[in-house]
Amino acid sequence: MFRILDARWLAPGIKLFVIRAPRIARKHQAGQFVIVRLYEQGERIPLTIENADAPKGTITIVVQSVGKTTQLMNSLEAGEGILDVVGPLGKPSIVEQVGTVVVIGGGVGTAMAYPTAVALKRAGNSVISILGARSKEFVILEREMREVSDAVFVTTDDGSYGEKGLVTDNLRRLIASGLRIDQVMAVGPIPMMKGVADLTREHRIPTVVSLNPIMIDGTGMCGGCRVLVGGESKFACVDGPEFDAHQVDFDILMRRNAMYRAAEQRSVEEFHEQGCPRISEPAGSTRPTCDEGANA
Amino acid sequence: MSEATSATANPLPLRDRIKLPRQQMPEQEAHERASNFREVNLGFTAELARQEALRCLHCAKAACVQTCPVGVKVREFVELIVAGDFAGAAAKIREDNALPAITGRVCPQEDHCESGCVLRKKGDALGIGYLERFVADYEQRAGLRQKPSCPPTGKKVAIVGSGPAGLSAAGDLVMKGHTVRVFEALHEIGGVLVYGIPEFRLPKQIIREQIDYLRDMGVEFETDVVVGRTITIDELMEEEAYDAVFIATGAGLPQFMKIPGEHLNGVYSANEFLTRINLMHAYEFPKYDEPVFDVRGKEVAVIGGGNTALDAIRSALRLGARRAYLVYRRSEAEMPARAEEVKHARAEGIEFHLLTNPVEFLTDGNGWLRGMRCVRMELGDPDPSGRRRPVPIRGSDFELPVAVAVIAIGTTANPIVQSTTPGLDTDERGYIAADETTQRTSRRGVFAGGDIVTGSATVILAMSAGRRAAKSIHQFLSTGEW
Repeated sequence: MFRILDARWLAPGIKLFVIRAPRIARKHQAGQFVIVRLYEQGERIPLTIENADAPKGTITIVVQSVGKTTQLMNSLEAGEGILDVVGPLGKPSIVEQVGTVVVIGGGVGTAMAYPTAVALKRAGNSVISILGARSKEFVILEREMREVSDAVFVTTDDGSYGEKGLVTDNLRRLIASGLRIDQVMAVGPIPMMKGVADLTREHRIPTVVSLNPIMIDGTGMCGGCRVLVGGESKFACVDGPEFDAHQVDFDILMRRNAMYRAAEQRSVEEFHEQGCPRISEPAGSTRPTCDEGANA
Repeated sequence: MSEATSATANPLPLRDRIKLPRQQMPEQEAHERASNFREVNLGFTAELARQEALRCLHCAKAACVQTCPVGVKVREFVELIVAGDFAGAAAKIREDNALPAITGRVCPQEDHCESGCVLRKKGDALGIGYLERFVADYEQRAGLRQKPSCPPTGKKVAIVGSGPAGLSAAGDLVMKGHTVRVFEALHEIGGVLVYGIPEFRLPKQIIREQIDYLRDMGVEFETDVVVGRTITIDELMEEEAYDAVFIATGAGLPQFMKIPGEHLNGVYSANEFLTRINLMHAYEFPKYDEPVFDVRGKEVAVIGGGNTALDAIRSALRLGARRAYLVYRRSEAEMPARAEEVKHARAEGIEFHLLTNPVEFLTDGNGWLRGMRCVRMELGDPDPSGRRRPVPIRGSDFELPVAVAVIAIGTTANPIVQSTTPGLDTDERGYIAADETTQRTSRRGVFAGGDIVTGSATVILAMSAGRRAAKSIHQFLSTGEW
């Protein structure tokens, strides 16, 4: 059982959790993730590690309500527990001093991009961040990103905050301004990452994306997270999750991520009709409640 | 008959024992079990067990013992069954086998103990696996337990992986008085026994009972630890003060076929398909949250000829597949699967497409699988494995319509431990290099065994590696000599 020490909403449907996990906290490096299973009948899902505090033995993860598991997770509060948290998984980000790096976070992807931005800055790079979101209320971790960035641009789809448009519009302007960009790192929805990859390919800017395929064990055993990179099958959990954006087949990734849409829909519907599933936990632990409901 | 002795509790003269037929394992009817995940074999009653045990010739040179990878004293435990001392039989098996209820169910006895049985020359071998299972189940029902009798040594051993190799080593080491902690990457103990082997062949309850037995003996377990990521081998030894480490991380990354269409929705590795069903209980969706492709009314093909392939296709049938095909590029004679599984699969209605190999997965145009283009094969000259090499027959292509294809053609080494342990030597395929007798690796105090050393093998071979490692670790801890 992994205890939740703090839980707070960052945006509608996006929640931050501080979880006691000393082993993971000690070993976490930027770019890695955890897999959680909330309760006995639960599925295993990969989640972003936003931060880790080794001395305190805690990790911070950020969760967006999408399916049943993430909605249930986001109904948890401080003091409650998570049955399984395993990690840190995946290869750490490759952090080198390359010059100027543009870090792009789309939606909840900013949580994955943040620790890499910190590491890139620490390695002596000039970091320019672009944060994209649907609207103002969905912009997350802006303050944190400003602390580690030399410049931050915010774009929203509806123009309610920052500039109206997509992160790629902003990136295109940066490129057009003649600024020398040595590397781009993008984490977010697949169409966003694909858009960034298409743009930087034209301009021959090395680009890294962090992929989020369907995953079960997270140790290379099942092969469910395989992605096509440069015409070769790669496992996001052990070969990634970061890959050369210009080699990734985003269309296959998008299609594979939609594979269980019907089942996911059914789970969400039953979850909403029946409320929280019975969560069986060892004696003495508290049980998640549905008081908060799903905010998504 | 000169090699047999009659100085036993067995009242029957040898000539009568030979006449006794091998007792049939009671099983769920094929048509019934094909649509449920309950165990196929129901187990012997005490009467059936006694009847079967009476057949044993009690050979002086017991080939059954010599051919058992862990050296179970078959002749002696069978004799105890004849005498009606089931508890004694259980204790006898425990001397060499920490997981008897598991091996009694999944061991390929025809390749080991039963292969050497003299009765086989005259008819059917003694049902040693069935008897082992009976004794182990009796032990569990009766709540029998053994405790380590050795005084604590104060030495700590970390075991990486809770599959058959790790559990077997843990049982032997704790009996010697060492402190043993088993680290498991997944949320459940058992490794391949839990994620790989389906409920209908090895019920989860049986695995839990065998693990509880080890726990009662003093073995500690910690789940959710990916050694190499969550903690390294060096950290285990330096910071958590383990005196020795046994790496038993098992079979690794699933192999794909490298043919067009492998990324289509509906194409699975056997590991993923079985993990969803076994570990994650996808067959109980939506009671359990993890889904698996809904195969009801659809055609499913599994590619491969091993136990994993049979487990996958029989699972697909139980999930409601309209037709279930086993597609294997060689002939039945070369299939590595257990004979009993092949027999059971046929009875359940699995259709075997032998000497057949897929060359392309076909799309429906929207990214979903609609079929496989296959080619017929014929057997040519023997390959390095000694089996005749399958060769495609030109112009024999045909299409097999399927909605799901599961690839069960083996695995390659998982690199996580190797890549995070400096100085740990590997072979050219990436498996950990370990001595065949001592299971020692290139790192002092670090041992390895099971599939992470040999590549995919069987439960019992992994267990025998675990036993050798335990013996060798005990020696190292006792003498301090490397």
